[in-house]
Amino acid sequence: MRTRVLALSGVILLSLSGCGGAKVGEQGGGGGGGVSAGGKACGTVNLAVNPWVGYEASAAVVAEVAEKRLGCKVEKKNLKEEVSWQGFATGEVDAVIENWGHPDLKKKYIEQQKVAVSAGSTGNKGIIGWYVPPWMARKYPDIRDWKNLNKYASLFETSESDGKGQLLDGDPSFVTNDEALVKNLKLNYKVVYAGSEAALITEFRKAEKDKTPLIGYFYEPQWFMSEVKLVKVNLPPYKEGCDADPEKVACDYPPYDLDKIVSKRFADSGSPAYTLIKNFKWTNDDQNLVAKYITQDKLKPEEAAAKWIAANEAKVKAWLP
Amino acid sequence: MTAAVALRRLARPRRAWFVAAVLGAGLLAWPLLRGRDTLPLGGAELAGAHRFLNGAFEAVDASRNSNPVFLYGFNYLRLLLDTSTTFVQGLISQPAYGRPAPVLGWLGVTALATAVAWLAGNLRVALLACLGFVSFGLLGLWTEAMDTLALTLTAVFYSLLAGIPIGVAAGLRERVHRAITPVLDFMQTMPTFVYLAPLTLVFLIGPASATIATMIYAVPPVIRLTAHGIREIRPAALESGISLGATPAQLLTKVRLPLALPMIVVGINQTLMAALAMVTVAALIDAPGLGESVLQALESLDVGTAAAAGLAIVIMAVVLDRTTTAASVRRPRRRPWWLVTAVLAAAGIGAYLSFIYVWASTFPQAANFGPYVRRAVDAADAWLLDSAGGVTDLVRDRMTAWLLNPFQTLLTDAPWWWIATVAVAVALFGLGVRAAVLVGAGVAGLLVLGLWQDSMVTLAATVVATALTALVGVVAGVWMGRSSRADGTIRPVLDAAQTLPPFVYLVPVVGLFGATRFTGILAAVIFAIPVTTKLVAEGIRGVRASAVEASGAAGATAWQTIIKVQLPLARASVTLAVGQGLIYVLSMVVVGGLVGAGALGYQVVAGFSQHELRGKGLAAGLAIVVLGIVLDRIMRAAASRAGAQRA
Amino acid sequence: MLDVDGLWKVFGPRAAAQVGTELSSAELKRRTGCVAAVRDVSFTVAPGEVFVVMGLSGSGKSTLVRCLTRLIEPTAGTVRLDGEDLGTASPARLRELRRHRMAMVFQQFGLLPHRSVLDNVAFGLEIRGTARAERHDHARQVIELVGLSGFEESLPEQLSGGMQQRVGLARALAVDPEVMLFDEPFSALDPLIRREMQNEVIRLHRVVGKTMVFITHDLNEALRLGDRILLMRDGAAVQLGTPDEVVGAPADDHVRDFVADVPREQVLTLRWIMRPAGPSDALDGPSLPPETVIRDAVHTVLSADRPVRVESDGSLLGVVTAAEVLETIA
Repeated sequence: MRTRVLALSGVILLSLSGCGGAKVGEQGGGGGGGVSAGGKACGTVNLAVNPWVGYEASAAVVAEVAEKRLGCKVEKKNLKEEVSWQGFATGEVDAVIENWGHPDLKKKYIEQQKVAVSAGSTGNKGIIGWYVPPWMARKYPDIRDWKNLNKYASLFETSESDGKGQLLDGDPSFVTNDEALVKNLKLNYKVVYAGSEAALITEFRKAEKDKTPLIGYFYEPQWFMSEVKLVKVNLPPYKEGCDADPEKVACDYPPYDLDKIVSKRFADSGSPAYTLIKNFKWTNDDQNLVAKYITQDKLKPEEAAAKWIAANEAKVKAWLP
Repeated sequence: MTAAVALRRLARPRRAWFVAAVLGAGLLAWPLLRGRDTLPLGGAELAGAHRFLNGAFEAVDASRNSNPVFLYGFNYLRLLLDTSTTFVQGLISQPAYGRPAPVLGWLGVTALATAVAWLAGNLRVALLACLGFVSFGLLGLWTEAMDTLALTLTAVFYSLLAGIPIGVAAGLRERVHRAITPVLDFMQTMPTFVYLAPLTLVFLIGPASATIATMIYAVPPVIRLTAHGIREIRPAALESGISLGATPAQLLTKVRLPLALPMIVVGINQTLMAALAMVTVAALIDAPGLGESVLQALESLDVGTAAAAGLAIVIMAVVLDRTTTAASVRRPRRRPWWLVTAVLAAAGIGAYLSFIYVWASTFPQAANFGPYVRRAVDAADAWLLDSAGGVTDLVRDRMTAWLLNPFQTLLTDAPWWWIATVAVAVALFGLGVRAAVLVGAGVAGLLVLGLWQDSMVTLAATVVATALTALVGVVAGVWMGRSSRADGTIRPVLDAAQTLPPFVYLVPVVGLFGATRFTGILAAVIFAIPVTTKLVAEGIRGVRASAVEASGAAGATAWQTIIKVQLPLARASVTLAVGQGLIYVLSMVVVGGLVGAGALGYQVVAGFSQHELRGKGLAAGLAIVVLGIVLDRIMRAAASRAGAQRA
Repeated sequence: MLDVDGLWKVFGPRAAAQVGTELSSAELKRRTGCVAAVRDVSFTVAPGEVFVVMGLSGSGKSTLVRCLTRLIEPTAGTVRLDGEDLGTASPARLRELRRHRMAMVFQQFGLLPHRSVLDNVAFGLEIRGTARAERHDHARQVIELVGLSGFEESLPEQLSGGMQQRVGLARALAVDPEVMLFDEPFSALDPLIRREMQNEVIRLHRVVGKTMVFITHDLNEALRLGDRILLMRDGAAVQLGTPDEVVGAPADDHVRDFVADVPREQVLTLRWIMRPAGPSDALDGPSLPPETVIRDAVHTVLSADRPVRVESDGSLLGVVTAAEVLETIA
């Protein structure tokens, strides 16, 4: 019995190695094949990837260009915003490609610790505000003015809102003044925290599909906007300084000029990748398109980026050093 | 002291009467006091404690480059962990050593895993391991699964390296045991989100931080169970060793450790499961693997992709669980050497082939069934949303209006001192001085942390979730305990519910029930039911057969047997089950925060995401720990008191 | 061989202060919270003797035997092995004594479930540092001695209770100790097996001739095995004597009750029932020595038509007639 088993395994080994086929490492370098002579000049770029699709779209395009055109090696690191900024200090992150404000982090890492610098605007305009699903905007056109919100408060009542209208706030990553706004604008609403972007989007998607009322905090650019075009409610317009005191704020959110932040070391390194990131600039529509490739066409980020790059050669040319 | 004596002398009916009187008086006073001193705190507002904690964070930040502990101690630790993880990744998941592929490809890893499962367990487990590993490839997630496995194995390896000696020390010395128990409680109830960001400051972004985060959560079970195993050794075995003149070292290596081994293996099993539960959370700080797939899918609400990755995690958990469980059962007979040799040789051949040939190294792309799984899940999700909408709304609204809201209002709308007084008085009359002191300290802790009202909301949700968990757990557990067929059917479902990352079902559940507190409770109940049910079933099975037979012989119906014999006799297990359910519910408070439960869970997540709120997030985490420790101790005291009265 | 003098073991707070107490157990417990498990026990075990300590559960006998090898630290008193005071022995010296000179057999067997029978039996030798081949060799011999040949590779849980205790016995024998301590070794076994194991001990005692201290709560076991018996109650020694002394002359009512059901004819010798020869007694009947157990004399006495003379070294000690024998048996 035992000899038979041993003999059998020997036979299997021999037969398998006989008809083995292609060997590992034989077919021209495999995955690591892209590193060209230019790679030495560029080296490795540590790119933080914050957890939203728009960011991923920007990061994918920058990474694709850096790898294919500049021969860089791009290390993508999936991190939340604050951890990314910490990475500037510890030297583990070279660039954040889409930054939404964060004056406190800028103060700490750019002004105080001097480990990060701004690399200019991405060209994307960030808008934050209160939104309703399109069917509501059609059915109740005047809901787009905040002054009418109290009229519709009862529509938005839910199990969570204590008999008031529910204002659904979202991702805990975003700064919100909504509690103060509700109070200062004397609205009969209660802020309820959905707790995550996923929960917020799910609620909006359901509201549009089932034609149920919903009002909530949202923002653009956002891939979901290409699925359901949410309609913004106009709050009292933003004026410089009207949000200085978070307790007394009674105006809309400021428009955000989304920008790029890089580590000081990376900026001083003279890497061609730094120049690329500094030059990188595109529009909200560009980003939404790549985001749509990723979310609805289910392309991998690098495939989505390659597709967009192929169609927008002129824009890409302008970024290159 | 005198009060304690006087209390002890109170007759039992008198004691119950006192508790009832306190509660009654409290309820009568409630309407008069409603709305006063409720200590609310807005979402962006900070209390003194939060600013203090922010300052503490800043101080640690600032000293990072000058403090020798950071410069030397932590740096070498980080280096060690980074190197280890990268090494294991190089073996099974990532290209390494100048090769475009890992050292071992899918065939080699599968063959080795199968051989290990067979050696540690039996043929059935080996088959399960083989199918499980192949399924990673079939799901199109081979590399991700191997990254997860590499990270998990590294974290578990170091957890055992640290945990088993500590467990042994705690098993030998009561003082050590008493000293580390609260630390372990803390490590298990403190939400991971709270220490995730600070960890990356100390250990930088990378495998080290992910490993440490995993270890913090995963090391307590192996410590606890090792200590338990060492402590529970039959004295006869020890005495026989001593009486033969064994030195303490001989006693440890030849008697204690071998005898405690089955229990230690159970500890290893639980540590493995806990480590896998951290896969998704660790992905928040760039841990590679299946968790990353889940989180990325979540960004675009891609339920199918998240579910496929979640399924792979469940499969891995089941394979690891069954293998270690089989390993903890002592086998009477050794296997013939030639069979062992043959199996090892076969695994070696597999490993060799996967080192050399592409077909055995990279899982064939043609066999990727991932997209089908994704589409099937998406279709099921859509169907569920379409067909269940109305019913789910009704369930949610009724539960919220009739159960949750009254209870929560009672807690949140009352003055803090009213709650403190009633709680301390009830603890004093119901459970004694020690419990009253504990409750008092807990109240003081929540006040200091500055999140009183959020704590009350979370407390209400926790109690409701625990009650629901207990209800379902006892019913299902009794059923499982009485029928092995029910056990066979339900157990895999429970395993899946316990190991499926909540992030996977977050989107469908929000789709069904909206971003509400009820959804948070539901997520917690889904997560807590398995452990409660299993423990109840264990207890029911543990009831002596003779007692059940006697009951049947006396003409009792099945219902009477359950109510009058099985449940009372399994009371200890049922109490333990509900207690564990409570801990599991609390560990889901943060996930609740992600789906609309708000309160402490939301504060923890916000603290992780926003720089100015991190002090508040830490305070919220501490508040969860306070709630957990107080509730757990109170339940244990109540259970042991009930036990003492019965005896 | 083994000298025990004034041994005390008190459990509880301020245990040492309670040594010498006259209080009853209940009173002691109430006043001080202490339990005196062993109270002022003294005895000497002769080489080759089987010394039985007997008492009901809670009488302190298990504590006593553990004090003998300091598994439990005595509160007061001395234990000497061949004149060496165990109480003052250093931990290393104590280990040395345990490894070579004393071995113990336990009620719950105390086998290591993860080791084969062979490795369990060789355990003591392994601890001593005996090389693997040598200890296995020796263990095999002992296994044969206790009649377990063929089970060397079995695990304890595959054996019956009686066989498991044979392993325990073999493990103690394997280290070739001078003194063997038995802590109720057969209590957990069913009666038939128990009897078989008692015979085994008697046989082994004949073969190896060890000094044995044997703890039991079973009077019949004590009477069967013991050269001498120490009776304990509430931690104190009540009576010390040979089996026929205990049965024939109980020290107090308690012992009398205890031995009331013993088949006296199986324990008592003629010495206990003979009466002085009276003038009416015919002195030409059969003659028996005084150590003859009554059971063995029944036939002679009942078949003789005149009194049986009890004689030692030719001198007449007394006579026994059917009347005395029948009184004992009835």
